[in-house]
Amino acid sequence: MTTATPSAPTNKLGFTKQDYVGSKSTLCAGCGHDAITAQIINAAFESNIEGHLVTKYSGIGCSSKTPAYFINQGWGFNSVHGRMPAIATGASLANRKLINIGVSGDGDSMSIGMGQFVHAVRRNIPMIYIIEDNGVYGLTKGQFSATADKGSFLKSGAKNDLPPVDPCTLAIELGCGFVARCFSGNPKQLNAILKAAFAYEGTVVLDIISPCVTFNNHDASTRSYKHVKDHDFPLHDLGFIQYSEVEEVDIAAGATEVVTFPDGSKVAIKAIHEGYDPTDRFGAMKAIHESMAKGEFLTGLLYINPTQPPLPQVLNLVDEPLATLPEALVKPGPAVLEEIMQALM
Amino acid sequence: MTASLAAPSTPLGAKTRINDFSIQVATVNGSGSQTANTVLLRAIFQMGVFVSGKNLFPSNIAGLPTWFTIRASAKGYVARKASNEMLILMNAETAKEDIAKADAGALVIYDEPLQLDKLRADLSYIPVPFQKLVTASCPEPKLHKLVKNMIYVGVAARLLSVDMEEVKKAITKQLKGKAKAIEINQAAAVAGYDWAMENLEDQDHIKVVRDNKTNGLIIVDGNEACALGALFAGVTVVGWYPITPASSLVETFIEYAEEYRKDPATGKSTVAIVQMEDELASAGVVLAAGWAGARSMTSTAGPGVSLMSEFIGLGYYVEAPGVFFNVARTGPSTGLPTRTQQSDVELCAKCSHGDTQHINLYPGNMEECFQFAYDAFDLAERFQTPIFVVTDLDLGMQNWSSKPFAYPSKPYDRGKVLNQQQLAEAKDWGRYKDVDGDGICYRSLPGTAGGKGSYFTRGSGHNAYAQYSEKPEDYVEVVDRLRRKYETAKTHVPTPVFRNLGSVKGVLAFGSSDPAVIEAQDILAEEGLKTDYLRLRALPFTAEVDAFVEEKQVVYVVEQNRDGQMANLFRETYPQHATKFKSVLHYNGHAIDAKCIVDQITAFEQK
Repeated sequence: MTTATPSAPTNKLGFTKQDYVGSKSTLCAGCGHDAITAQIINAAFESNIEGHLVTKYSGIGCSSKTPAYFINQGWGFNSVHGRMPAIATGASLANRKLINIGVSGDGDSMSIGMGQFVHAVRRNIPMIYIIEDNGVYGLTKGQFSATADKGSFLKSGAKNDLPPVDPCTLAIELGCGFVARCFSGNPKQLNAILKAAFAYEGTVVLDIISPCVTFNNHDASTRSYKHVKDHDFPLHDLGFIQYSEVEEVDIAAGATEVVTFPDGSKVAIKAIHEGYDPTDRFGAMKAIHESMAKGEFLTGLLYINPTQPPLPQVLNLVDEPLATLPEALVKPGPAVLEEIMQALM
Repeated sequence: MTASLAAPSTPLGAKTRINDFSIQVATVNGSGSQTANTVLLRAIFQMGVFVSGKNLFPSNIAGLPTWFTIRASAKGYVARKASNEMLILMNAETAKEDIAKADAGALVIYDEPLQLDKLRADLSYIPVPFQKLVTASCPEPKLHKLVKNMIYVGVAARLLSVDMEEVKKAITKQLKGKAKAIEINQAAAVAGYDWAMENLEDQDHIKVVRDNKTNGLIIVDGNEACALGALFAGVTVVGWYPITPASSLVETFIEYAEEYRKDPATGKSTVAIVQMEDELASAGVVLAAGWAGARSMTSTAGPGVSLMSEFIGLGYYVEAPGVFFNVARTGPSTGLPTRTQQSDVELCAKCSHGDTQHINLYPGNMEECFQFAYDAFDLAERFQTPIFVVTDLDLGMQNWSSKPFAYPSKPYDRGKVLNQQQLAEAKDWGRYKDVDGDGICYRSLPGTAGGKGSYFTRGSGHNAYAQYSEKPEDYVEVVDRLRRKYETAKTHVPTPVFRNLGSVKGVLAFGSSDPAVIEAQDILAEEGLKTDYLRLRALPFTAEVDAFVEEKQVVYVVEQNRDGQMANLFRETYPQHATKFKSVLHYNGHAIDAKCIVDQITAFEQK
């Protein structure tokens, strides 16, 4: 099954990391998005993800190009601007075995696609919803997005006078059971969170601050590498333990909390930010708001509630993919039509 | 005034319109009048007489005027008739205007306190003390408003000589299972009937005489017929958003799915139905589900299609299947949400920006609503594209009598899908490669194991291998093939239906115009103008349509919109015959009637 050299390490499915890569990135050199792509590849490899079950959805924008750059064994769907959530919803209902990854940007999800984001989260679609957040429209050459901080500047010198939308507090408000913020420049944290995300059943919202090296990496930007690095406050060290890998436990030393998923997987949390409890919804909201007021980015697992049923379960769908149900199971027989016709006479 | 009325045996005058009349009932919406009107319609239907009903209702929940027209026709004409022989006026607000518009000689049943009988001398007035009768027949005051309408059903039944047993049966049917409601409503209808018996002279203006024309027929609306088609087509994903007049399509489907789409082994559902946040999201769900291999659908109306157009273009270009029911209403913009029109013809033919062409199905009756809904899923998967099934409010929400639907025994056509083994054996597979020369490519479904067949779907430029490309030759190859695919559809879509009286003059119509066109054709023939009628049932135009256009000296294109949209499509498709197409139009929101067609064709002929 492997395509790389025999010496390359394989995961439990016998795949090498090379089996999780995609096409070559065409983004700018140094783009934060490429660092995220690299961690998706690592996390999928380490989590023993079946590549052929992976579906990758996106809208329009630089971030939305990235599904082409990872897991070539999976199926990609680069749709229209801001409408990725509807695509993920339809496909995930058609086949509940699929492992759904949506990659979007701050413009795609918080401006044009705000409505679809909100409702996908409300419905708890089974998907990892990644927002590659750089506060700027890169592909149209540098206009503000709705996550741009008030008072921040464009490269051109234009100032943003409007308040930002925060995807994380919004997602928590909407009832999302897995909300995290990461920084593309912190691969270790991102890797742990992505692995936990793969094990989670419902909607995972990951807001990943990902600086745009071309249009938003200047000194007056609040989304530059330097600014984010200086203002990144990791909440905790995370360790993720997949259910099937209990023997490889890697609980961070001094873990203060362990969250268990329905499949038995565990997230071990070692708090850095004193008193932060990611299972406390209101506490999380308060802490995030306080940090934002100070101009900080709290990063890590902001909120987790692993017990919420995803949409296919809410709809009480059959276990098998709807897409391939046999005709005999979905087409009522002649007696049913006869019964219906009698009732209409 | 009192006369003894031995109803069925009353001698009828030479001028009596037997089983051939229209009744218009004017009420206030939200007053239960829809139930009463359906009961009257059903009772006449049970008398074996062809009958059709048109509900002209406001975009409102309660308190605004609504009119319901019931037409009986021995000849089987079911289009709206422009003139009415009986009026039942229950709405004080519109009564004077209704009287002013009434056809001379009409019978006018009205609520006594309205005192309408001095308004015009050329009408026959029948004042009825509704309040008194409802108070006497119904013990519960809070139900009086709802039951009052059932009194006029009894009065009308008496005057028309409709058997009271049929009225009772119709009430039982209409209020299925609700014993108390049945009892109260039957009592009210009987009270009206008995009062009429004692207090009214018989009339020989219009009568119902028992016939056998409706034996074995059903009464159904087009939305229910489409819902049933989808049920039997095995739809597995439904994304929708409420909109008049399309909501009842999915709502009826939901009711049937509750009963017939559970896995018997587990009780779990074999269909996912999600009410989305808007029509755009609904369209995304439908196309993505189709892309992932499900049979998927939505139902909407014009404003919804406008919103969906962004996704429809994506579906066309990435070649994702999905069924889109458009139950058209009167546009533009919000327009008249509760009135009918065929004004989305061009929208559905070419929905979305760029060069797009869509397969459209135009059912013209209830059996076709059922059958085309079923077939649409086959076509969507065969052609890997969005399919529009275009009906309208008239077909979708009005009551129509129909033959029972035949069981669609043809197995599903799931189209060109490669499974794991076929993908393993395929040499140089490309998602958008035209292997068979019909423009239709082979696809794979997400989740297929084996490491072959994965590809990247994109609404941006792509080549035959689904790779991103901006090369002119790659772009042209794909869009030219899409055009070829559309050509292939010409041999797969429903062919037209003809009603030829032997003429070089053609009439062309589609959808809900059919009954009015048939009636108009007969009237014109009586007046000496024979026509050949082609009823179009799909886009693209098939070879039969080509031949008809070629043969005829003139083609009257009958349609329910202002701009002659279908005629425009014909002029564009057949530029060499462009001058043959003459538009016969009806677009005021009411269902089309035969008279307007006769008048316009006659005017053209006299030029």
